[in-house]
Amino acid sequence: MIQIEGISKAFGGLQAVDSVTFTVAAGGITGLIGPNGAGKTTLFSILAGFLPADQGRVLLDGEDITGLPPHSLFHRGLVRTFQIPHEFSRMTVRENLMIVPPGQAGESLAYSWLRWGKVKAQDRVIRQKVDDVLDFLKLTHVADELAGNLSGGQKKLLELGRTMMIDAKVVLLDEPGAGVNRTLLNSIRDAIRRLNTERGYTFCLIEHDMDLIADLCDPVVVMAQGQVIAEGPMDVIRADPQVQDAYLGGGVSGRGVSAMTEDDIGRARPDSTVDTDADESGDEEWRP
Amino acid sequence: MEMDGLLTYGVFFLTQAGIYAVLALGLNVQYGLTGQINIGIAGFFAVGAYTSAIVTTHPSTAHLGGFNLPFPVGVVAAMATSALVAAAIGRITMRLRSDYLAIATIGIAEIIRLALKNEDWLTNGVRGIPGIPRPFSETLGANPLISLGVVLGFVAFAFWMVERARSAPWGRVLRAIRENEDGVSAAGKDVAHFRLQAFVFGASLMGMAGALYAHFIGFISPEAFLPLYGTFLVWVMLIAGGAGNNWGALVGALAIWVLWSATQFMTDALGAEYATQAGALRVLLIGVLLQVILIARPQGLLPERGARKH
Repeated sequence: MIQIEGISKAFGGLQAVDSVTFTVAAGGITGLIGPNGAGKTTLFSILAGFLPADQGRVLLDGEDITGLPPHSLFHRGLVRTFQIPHEFSRMTVRENLMIVPPGQAGESLAYSWLRWGKVKAQDRVIRQKVDDVLDFLKLTHVADELAGNLSGGQKKLLELGRTMMIDAKVVLLDEPGAGVNRTLLNSIRDAIRRLNTERGYTFCLIEHDMDLIADLCDPVVVMAQGQVIAEGPMDVIRADPQVQDAYLGGGVSGRGVSAMTEDDIGRARPDSTVDTDADESGDEEWRP
Repeated sequence: MEMDGLLTYGVFFLTQAGIYAVLALGLNVQYGLTGQINIGIAGFFAVGAYTSAIVTTHPSTAHLGGFNLPFPVGVVAAMATSALVAAAIGRITMRLRSDYLAIATIGIAEIIRLALKNEDWLTNGVRGIPGIPRPFSETLGANPLISLGVVLGFVAFAFWMVERARSAPWGRVLRAIRENEDGVSAAGKDVAHFRLQAFVFGASLMGMAGALYAHFIGFISPEAFLPLYGTFLVWVMLIAGGAGNNWGALVGALAIWVLWSATQFMTDALGAEYATQAGALRVLLIGVLLQVILIARPQGLLPERGARKH
């Protein structure tokens, strides 16, 4: 589905992504984990066309898509969400989603002036679709609120909702669970699973919550300092000494290597992240 | 003032307010909806005015043309030329962040003004273009009420175009661009394409206002397109009225034009010996007013829906 071949990206002297090669298999849910600063989000930005790669290429269904702008990738069914929600603050939640469907006649000025009936009719269809998505995400009660007034967790749901407004093929989710409370997290988990099984979405997701990763993802790809250091099913990843080293070397303190055994990794997520803002809170999940 | 004079003044006053309303609507497309900071309004205003003047005046050796074509052709040509200039500039500047766009547009407006001043063959330089016909004066006579009616008709037309565009999915994409560009890219929209459209559409309205101005005053010269009148006042109008809200653009244009005209009465009272200082004082008063609005009511008299909650 997506083949990533030797992608590299440097920011000044910092080699953020260093010859990364792996494949996101069609119809699967691939997990991408790694300590903060491992280059995961940078890689996502390259895949979705938000950043140019220095080297390497990306193939979508065998076709070279390296360097295409985000909107063309969107039209090929490759969508991303952002770690820090990119909601349109001074627009309603409903409007935030109504933007998404491609090919709206009313996006042309001439149509807006001359064919208002058609524009309105299309808007009604889109509105219905938005209502379905809001219902699915349990956001119906805030449909007419300004998106800027939502909680951090609700903004995360809205990010996910954007990908549900079209028939996406591949969805890149950047920390869909960060800053989301348990109940919301469960809905996100269900949403991802349902989209995967019922609608055939292929997912690649970055996440620090090992529960979520273990539950949903196979295989899991581990990055550290810009490189892929391990790849495989979660059980194998957990036992990999290189992975344990990477996390400990990534600034996590307080406990020894034993912290990384299977038993502990599963419940590393603190419950205190309820509805806080999601920015870069990834490290927290690994503290005892 | 006797009744007749008052009426004449009222017609004159409303016509000018109407022209400013069209400018404010044009700026609302660029800034209010899209967040583009255009400080070169006067440039597009001037391009429109000169285009329509050249298209509609009698043939002259002093400048290009005139082509003696009817007023509606002049307006359409004015809008088209301003749009073309904006498209050319936009292709270069649309990648700039909004603050850099602001700087670029200041420069462009000045370049346009200097070109109008120096390209004698085209514009008759500092001597300007006289004898621009009043709208439909050949058939309906030169009654100022006709001019007012024509201007108000164009205000209504411009308002309808902008309001329709704003409430369409087109406007929705623009407002989203204003809020978060990357989010719009992730939603599959070609951001640069929409930004260019907004810039060009807004500029074509400024060109329309230029044409109306030229036909209403009957004479244009580069001095009429100084940034104070062509750009600064329009910004104050839109911000005072409520950026993002088209009714706000109309209300702001009228309210600020009332105040601006009132300051003239005030400064006239100072007497002839203070004439120079009086001019500066008016600008100072409007500048202070802008500061007061920005501090006390930054969302304007008629805020965009939703802006208040922020």
